[in-house]
Amino acid sequence: MKSKTASKILRVLVYLATAITVAMLAFLVGYILIKGIPYLTPDLFALEYTSENVSLFPALVNTLLMTSLSLLIAVPLGIATAIYLTEYAKRGNKLVEIVRITAETLSGIPSIVYGLFGLLFFVTWLGWGYSILAGSATLSIMILPLIMRTAEEALKSVPDSYREASFGLGAGKFRTVSKIVLPSAVPGILAGIILSVGRIVGETAALIYTAGTVAKLPENLMSSARTLSVHMFNLSSEGFHTNEAYATAVVLLLIVLGINILSAAIAKRVAKV
Amino acid sequence: MSGMRYRGELAVRNLFLAASFAAILAVLLICVFLFAYGLPAIREIGLREFLFGTAWTPGNIPPQFGILPMIAGSISVTFGAVVLGVPVGILTAVFLAYYCPAVLYKYMKPGIELLAGIPSVIYGFFGLVVMVPFIRTYLGGNGNSMLTAALLLGVMILPTIIGVSEAALCAVPRQYYEGALALGATHERAIFRTVLPAAKSGILAAVVLGFGRAIGETMAVIMVAGNQARMPAGILMGVRTMTANIVLEMGYAAELHRGALIGTGVVLFFFILLINLLFSLLKRRTGV
Repeated sequence: MKSKTASKILRVLVYLATAITVAMLAFLVGYILIKGIPYLTPDLFALEYTSENVSLFPALVNTLLMTSLSLLIAVPLGIATAIYLTEYAKRGNKLVEIVRITAETLSGIPSIVYGLFGLLFFVTWLGWGYSILAGSATLSIMILPLIMRTAEEALKSVPDSYREASFGLGAGKFRTVSKIVLPSAVPGILAGIILSVGRIVGETAALIYTAGTVAKLPENLMSSARTLSVHMFNLSSEGFHTNEAYATAVVLLLIVLGINILSAAIAKRVAKV
Repeated sequence: MSGMRYRGELAVRNLFLAASFAAILAVLLICVFLFAYGLPAIREIGLREFLFGTAWTPGNIPPQFGILPMIAGSISVTFGAVVLGVPVGILTAVFLAYYCPAVLYKYMKPGIELLAGIPSVIYGFFGLVVMVPFIRTYLGGNGNSMLTAALLLGVMILPTIIGVSEAALCAVPRQYYEGALALGATHERAIFRTVLPAAKSGILAAVVLGFGRAIGETMAVIMVAGNQARMPAGILMGVRTMTANIVLEMGYAAELHRGALIGTGVVLFFFILLINLLFSLLKRRTGV
């Protein structure tokens, strides 16, 4: 029968497409690990970067700094916005709609446009120069919609009975939000923060012209500094240190893998609650 | 309620309110700064010359700043990525929603999330060391080409397409599928003739989102596309995208050249706004 044959073909196509997806993932991760792990030498983690020994250690420290600073700016703002939208704003509030649209717009903007903006505003107009501060400020705008949206969802999933019970016991609005609602939403908020860390660690285009590409440990927040992803890009586009580029890719991949495992574990906890 | 406490509550409320203006302020600042630095340059070059000029020669005297090659480059590479990535992505989403055993799903889902989390420099590096030599050896050219970039982007948009399509498929009521089966349709026929059409707008939203991701991608494309600033001349020839144009020359550009690069960002921004608009319209229609 004709339709039986068509069904068979479709089934084969479905399996084939899935096989392609899985094979791509396995090949990509496997190839990088196999080529890179042999070159993960202690030298690669030396304190100082030189043109002979392209140590990734300074970049690793810079990544850590950049991530912390970006989160320090974006997390309080994002959570505060989410609290206003879910706990304070009245239903049908115009502002809520506008904030939601701007957040959607922000999350669709490609990172190179953020980089361009960071260069024009933080680096040039505010005169911060290529610096960790300019880079983090740029990244914090980039991750703001992600933090906002996940925090909003987490707050919304807290049952109204919690709030009513708290009000019933005589607690004020702020006390209810800070002592009852927020603590119950922590796992969901944390999941959003971890996703943001993943984006920061993987970011390159937004950083090249805001934080610059200096491969040294920074003296202060106004120093130019490259993160691990920027380091990886420079290594591979220079083309002199291919083996070290593989090894750097392994470190980057392991960090991303760690972040994914962490976020999956938290997501599981959220689902249970 | 005592006055003190009320005043405290009001202050906190206003603090939260002030924070919610941060996102709005950010969007405004981005628009203002891109336009303030990009539009004067576009005016000086001439909008027509800028958008439809086919020569990008910032080093010549007089220099020419036509970005049509980059617009064409971005669109062709993105289109290629969609053509290659969308069928694979949608079919994989069908697998996850209607074929995958629960045991396997536990591993597939995190795997696809990992694919989404891998930084674009790693994709670019992989493209550089694996795809470029492969294309050079088996298909010809020097390997840095439109096809390579489209292929790499096709892989990169897979998790987006799969994630959004799967959500759209799961949002279709189970009765549609069961009804089709009850009428004698095979498993495949029920899915492809009943469920898939019902999830159409959601899947279209996935495609649009994937398109947006691909056109905005920068680092991975730079590493494999060749980056020649001329009109696309064939799938095995190099192309330069708008994103690549900005990153490659921003480091040393000055004056009008710099303005033209920011102008390139403005054009890219318009493309993205258009795609966002389309996406939110589709999303509203499906409620996904």
